[in-house]
Amino acid sequence: MALTIEQSNRRLKWAMLTPALLFVGAMIIFPLLFTLNLSTTDAFGAVNAGAKHIGLQNFADAFSDSRRFWPAVWRTIGFTVGAVALETVFGLALAMLMRRAFRGIRWVRTVLIIPLLATPVAIGILWLLILDPTNGIANHLLGTLGIPPQEFLGSVSGSLPTLVLIDVWQWTPMMTLLLLAGLSTLSEEPEEAASMDGANAWQRFRYVVLPMLGPTLTTALVLRAVDGLKTFDIIYATKGAGGGSSFEAETLNVYAYGLTFDYQEYGLAAAVLVIFTLFIIGVVVLLRRRSA
Amino acid sequence: MSRGISRRSFVGLTAAAAGAVTVGACSSGKPTADTRLRVAAVNHVWTRALQKRLPEFEERIGRRVSMSLLTGDQLSSSYNVKLNASATDIDVMMVRPLQEQLLFAHNNWLADLSDRAQDAEFNWSDFQAAPKEASTTAGKVLTVPVVTERPVLYYRKDLVPTPPRTLDELQQAAARLTTKGRFGYVGRGQRSGAVTQWSSFLYSYGGDFTREGQSAIATPEAIAAYQYYGDLLGKSGPPGATNMSLEQAMPIFAQGKAAFYVDADAIYTGLIDPKVSAVGETIGYAPFPAGPAGSKPYNIPSWSLGINRFSLLQDHAWEFIRWAAGSETVTALQTAGIPGARESVWANPAANSGFPKELAQAMQVNARNGVGHDRPEVLQVGRARDIVGRPLVSAILQQDVAAVARDADKGFAEFLVRDNRHRES
Repeated sequence: MALTIEQSNRRLKWAMLTPALLFVGAMIIFPLLFTLNLSTTDAFGAVNAGAKHIGLQNFADAFSDSRRFWPAVWRTIGFTVGAVALETVFGLALAMLMRRAFRGIRWVRTVLIIPLLATPVAIGILWLLILDPTNGIANHLLGTLGIPPQEFLGSVSGSLPTLVLIDVWQWTPMMTLLLLAGLSTLSEEPEEAASMDGANAWQRFRYVVLPMLGPTLTTALVLRAVDGLKTFDIIYATKGAGGGSSFEAETLNVYAYGLTFDYQEYGLAAAVLVIFTLFIIGVVVLLRRRSA
Repeated sequence: MSRGISRRSFVGLTAAAAGAVTVGACSSGKPTADTRLRVAAVNHVWTRALQKRLPEFEERIGRRVSMSLLTGDQLSSSYNVKLNASATDIDVMMVRPLQEQLLFAHNNWLADLSDRAQDAEFNWSDFQAAPKEASTTAGKVLTVPVVTERPVLYYRKDLVPTPPRTLDELQQAAARLTTKGRFGYVGRGQRSGAVTQWSSFLYSYGGDFTREGQSAIATPEAIAAYQYYGDLLGKSGPPGATNMSLEQAMPIFAQGKAAFYVDADAIYTGLIDPKVSAVGETIGYAPFPAGPAGSKPYNIPSWSLGINRFSLLQDHAWEFIRWAAGSETVTALQTAGIPGARESVWANPAANSGFPKELAQAMQVNARNGVGHDRPEVLQVGRARDIVGRPLVSAILQQDVAAVARDADKGFAEFLVRDNRHRES
């Protein structure tokens, strides 16, 4: 039976799509299903060694672990909330400043994106050297101001806040660029109207610009929140395995990595990763729903 | 004229695409004469020295060698990823026998070298006893030691004319030499990273990680060793000591900011290199100081060579090990200052001329007094080090060591039960 052009095109479309679908299946869906299956086993040592299915025992073990798992959950949340909040505030302030062209704006923009271009591990090592309590330049500069040396990343209580500031240094430019793109699409008329009605600069920002920027801000927040939750490289490069000697910077990602590569407890690691993935999906859904 | 595709063509295209993906994913390929022998190695002075001699080996076996250099942790992660997938793209594996061998043997990732090691010319009996023991698991030779390590007391001759002979003298001298801008002592303080260096302090106080298979980290000897190291590094060391591993501690000593430093003898080249060290001319070397139980430093094989069980070039992989750990190569590398594991080479004065004289003497004393392990001898060394290292961190932070050690002891006892269960599985 002869095929119509429409039927032929539909088949050609599927034929073209098949390699991509197979690739997605092999690279995304299979690992997800494999991890899900692994999370219900007692796999230890080698993934391909005979592991027994133990139901949801790994999930129960993770949820009852108050020494590593729950502190890692709270640190992940604390790190993300702290970093994204500061990045949003600074990013918005910089975007508002750069909204109108001024002399040298191209230079400012170029300088601003430098932290984005460097790899996170290189940034981690850079800050590790700058903040080294004994040989770092930060304490040398503080010393010239008469301020006693600080431990920074060497301190149990100061590590996570220091890491938040490093993340802010690296990712605020990203927030600025996203918000700047959003600002450039806004019509200037509502602002001009508010200005003619006597609104001052703060009122125009708070009641006109910010509501109009809402969708862009939400997208930027979702992107950065997901990235923040998944942060691994900077923490691992500066604090090493376990996020430090007292696990002071151990987030869920770092914990799962340690379970996999330092402890070879693949079943438990997979369970933590499944919980972590569901947690990230939950955060994205929550943020999208609130913005809607 | 047909402008679309037929059902047969559609099915054919789809099958071809699926086939291409499957074949691409599954192809392994048998080795040919052009296939390179692949060596996964750590970025170490030993590896770099060996690389320079590779052409001589390539000519001997008529095959090119490809060496990939990674840091210790990266190498370990790389094995975990690749060997979990039964990968054949590693032939020779450089491993840390005390960190990884039991686990890799449990996973059946290492080829049995017992028969090959009996080669008379290779002379397996020439290797030192402790490294040989660490290379043998359940009666099988799984790796061959190539680099050995002991701790040495590095000190500044311009500050300390005579090195301390006991741990008490070391503590007193370190306290006396701590001034504004200079620390009496520097050493590793990271929870897991410090355990290996601390082990010599533990043994010299009469303790060990386990006794008859039971946890021994809350014995009076172990608590005293925790307390001692915590006081030494916490009171006479730099700020942020619990974040310090080799990479942080070594530059502090190299830049003249500390009077004493205990670390592996194998790193001395980094301390005398004028490009990175300001104190190369004034460094002295001493045997590990004696504690209440005498001087008992570790003496271990830090790196060994094994063969990936999935390798398709096992004969040439063994040829590589035979060459790299053979008497001739070990003599050449030890003469260049890289300590190996062969008794005959250690007994050869010419082969030890590469070390500073005082260091060579300290190494020999430490080897004589040495204990053959520097970490708990378990399957899950990473988790064990984290448990054992917890009281060490508390000690450095000047917290209640005894209470933390007792709590860690409970955790370690439970861990040992689980670890034994895994071993038997």
